[in-house]
Amino acid sequence: MYVAVKGGERAIANAHALLAKQGRGDVGLARIERAAVAGQLGVLVSRVMTEGSLYDPELAARAILQAQGDVLEAVTLVRSYRTTLPRFGYTLPVNTAGLPPQRRVSAAFKDLPGGQQLGATFDYTHRLFTDRDTGGPRIDPGAGPGAGPAASPGLETPRVADLLGAGALIEPDHVPGADDSEPADLTREPPVFPMSRAGRLQALARADEGFLLALGYSTQRGFGSTHPFAGEIRVGEVEVEFEAPELGFAVPLGRVEVTECQMINQFQGDTDTPARFTRGYGLAFGRGERKAMSMSLVDRSLRAGEFGERVVAPAQDEEFVISHSDNVQATGFVEHLKLPHYVDFQAELGLVRRLQAEFRERTLTEASA
Amino acid sequence: MTPDVSPQTLTPRTLPTETPREDVAARQRWMRTLATASTAVLDATWRGWAPKPAVQAVRGPEAGLVMVRARIDGGGARFNLGEATVTRAAVRLHGEPLAADAVGTSYVLGTDLEHARLAAIFDGLLADPGQRERVLAEVIAPLEQAHAERDGIRDAEARSTLVDFFSVAREHE
Repeated sequence: MYVAVKGGERAIANAHALLAKQGRGDVGLARIERAAVAGQLGVLVSRVMTEGSLYDPELAARAILQAQGDVLEAVTLVRSYRTTLPRFGYTLPVNTAGLPPQRRVSAAFKDLPGGQQLGATFDYTHRLFTDRDTGGPRIDPGAGPGAGPAASPGLETPRVADLLGAGALIEPDHVPGADDSEPADLTREPPVFPMSRAGRLQALARADEGFLLALGYSTQRGFGSTHPFAGEIRVGEVEVEFEAPELGFAVPLGRVEVTECQMINQFQGDTDTPARFTRGYGLAFGRGERKAMSMSLVDRSLRAGEFGERVVAPAQDEEFVISHSDNVQATGFVEHLKLPHYVDFQAELGLVRRLQAEFRERTLTEASA
Repeated sequence: MTPDVSPQTLTPRTLPTETPREDVAARQRWMRTLATASTAVLDATWRGWAPKPAVQAVRGPEAGLVMVRARIDGGGARFNLGEATVTRAAVRLHGEPLAADAVGTSYVLGTDLEHARLAAIFDGLLADPGQRERVLAEVIAPLEQAHAERDGIRDAEARSTLVDFFSVAREHE
């Protein structure tokens, strides 16, 4: 247990001044503008928004600058800030099927209706240092249907899972008449195990990307295998609508960019239902493909109980995963170890001295006997 | 901004709650446009607007949060994805050129208070039957067109990455 300490005001003030000076870097160089961070470090901004659980690219950019690029520090800043704001309410569920995808790929079907669209991706880059021409893609105006702006409104991009669902080859995403009661909200009630899938998804959505990546990876390597296929990955902007109580209708608030991953996993069936694919779902703010994919793997592995699978691996253990997934909590507990523990340590020091003295006394007595 | 001329205040409770159903779609359309417009454009438009009614703040502008919801597997039960910042404002417009007092409301993503205030002002102008056509023609339509053009460019760029993969089958099998 750490103890309160007093004093050190001058040293602390100087330490913070030194931090600010170091963070400024070479004063001969221009300061990085907030808008430059939001524009040029978009993937980082997405991560801070997702794990900070707050969509606001401007705030996330500000947090990244203040945190000198420390992602967890930036996430903590965002989380602290949100506690200062009143909650107006809940939005209507975003319609990710309706989003005009910037990116949409499927590893399950080559020729899906609407086509595979790479969008802005690091895939197929050579991972070699290069000076990219930033002029954007070359667009041939006569490149046929789909190339021009006019082609997109009518363009249908059905979900891959719906194509499978139509043939009942995958579990349905909803059962008519199913319970659509108010989902759990971790920001209001702490999680109680076992959790609902909705509660788990909220926790996974704000979970640390690295932690979910490692867990997802572990399921692929056999620790709770899920046999996944990336059914569909989409990146695009969805409209957010809010039912304002004083207006009585859904007000469009604007758009948020999201990344969605629908993972198709191996079959489940029993004497009553034929074998069919199962689902794992991932959704993240901004461009967060690794996060969304990892999340969908872990979502599926945590459904082990639902499908009567044996829970043998960490990624299938709900309490283990959810309790350790939040990086603000994790870093708080790990990093608190550097705070003063002087009293505790003195107690332990006294104990180990006494144990050693007793040991010496015993060995002396035994030797002389 | 014209200072208050009347001590009368409207609380959220006294805001008009009934919008006729056929008008809802039209109002959603302009609220969407105003929410996605840039503050600079709205500001310039309002500065140049004449004649201007007096504007009285009823609520805000104030920043807050909404919890963004999504559906499990895209189409299933609802879950809470994470929050987003939202700024809202309500203003009362009165005097020339309005036929009667009008209340404008706005909700926009982000924490830009000025954006919310301006969006609420234009929503109020649009509530006035005498002003609506002018605002739709001079503000909403150009914003919509600019937005559509930007979306068109984004879509075209995205469609330029449409890919046609060939499966390479193994030979001698």
